[in-house]
Amino acid sequence: MTPGTLTYLYAVRTATGPGASSVPGVDGERPRLVVEGELAAVVGSVDASRFDEEALARDLEDLGRLESLARAHHAVVAEAARTQPTAPIRLATLYRDDDAVRHLLTDRAAEFTAILERIEGRWEWGVKAYVKPTTRPEEHEAGSPSTSDRPGTSYLLRRRADRDRGERERERARTAADDLHRTLRTHAAAGRLFPLQDARLSGRSEEMVLNATYLVDAGKEDGFRSAVDSADGAAVELTGPWPPFSFASLEST
Amino acid sequence: MTSGGIPVPGRARPPEHRQESTNLADILERVLDKGIVIAGDIRVNLLDIELLTIKIRLLVASVDKAREMGIDWWEHDPSLSSGQPDLREENKQLRARVEALEAGRNGQEEAGQADEQPEPAASERRRR
Repeated sequence: MTPGTLTYLYAVRTATGPGASSVPGVDGERPRLVVEGELAAVVGSVDASRFDEEALARDLEDLGRLESLARAHHAVVAEAARTQPTAPIRLATLYRDDDAVRHLLTDRAAEFTAILERIEGRWEWGVKAYVKPTTRPEEHEAGSPSTSDRPGTSYLLRRRADRDRGERERERARTAADDLHRTLRTHAAAGRLFPLQDARLSGRSEEMVLNATYLVDAGKEDGFRSAVDSADGAAVELTGPWPPFSFASLEST
Repeated sequence: MTSGGIPVPGRARPPEHRQESTNLADILERVLDKGIVIAGDIRVNLLDIELLTIKIRLLVASVDKAREMGIDWWEHDPSLSSGQPDLREENKQLRARVEALEAGRNGQEEAGQADEQPEPAASERRRR
């Protein structure tokens, strides 16, 4: 190991199959494998000055830098997952050298193997559901004062009608989300609920009512997709396939 | 499924190089909050995505950028601004604006147009 470099760990996968990654890593490096027995760690040699505690503390606060790290990390993991059962490691896991990674693979071989068995042949699919706005009724109910007479009053009445309708829409979407989650669980090997995203994060103005992710057998994707498509009462968004990030935790083995 | 459809690049499997088009929030939700957590040799303080959202908001709202986006309310909030804003003047302007909007809406509705509600914040932004 060259002095001045650290070993960045992306994922743990089975040792068989293709060796090198074709996508650049978090430091622009070419990711490689550290093999120990049946397991291989997907790692990259990164510049210690850019990945020590101080530099990371600074960079992870910088959204632009964080984004490029996150995207590169994800790309390398996804590349590995294309061909091999791959257990993703969380962003910014760093070791002094390859030997430390070898020790890790040896020490926790049983746990990694169990995870890889659990996720083999399966992909993660993300499902989000949002309140689906219904269209505003054409005009006000009978009895509303004429808008031209009293703009203030009619404004308030409209506001109230909007609020009531909004509450009905939310209720409907929440029920739809519960139903959808229950249904999707039957099509998936596992399912997890994430915290609902704030609108700033989701980038959508409608309120989120479901933020879930599912581990789905490759052979059962069609059924899963049909179930997603048939959701009614909420606006549904499907993302994936993802490497099984959400189903690779050591605790749940 | 609704009009949103499947925004995913991921119809094809296995996953291709789709990270560029994938929503950053979705990626962060996974690489930051999920995946195997092992203590490495380097100590890293990762924010969870919830905290990060707050940070992002603060970053995005860095003063210059915010002004660019037409957000400058703090400049008129005496508790946040060291400069002395003329609140009376501001109020007067706002009142005039509300009147103008009301008048504008009446005209619109009489003309039989859809009742687009001028959201105060939105029209404030549009002004800039």
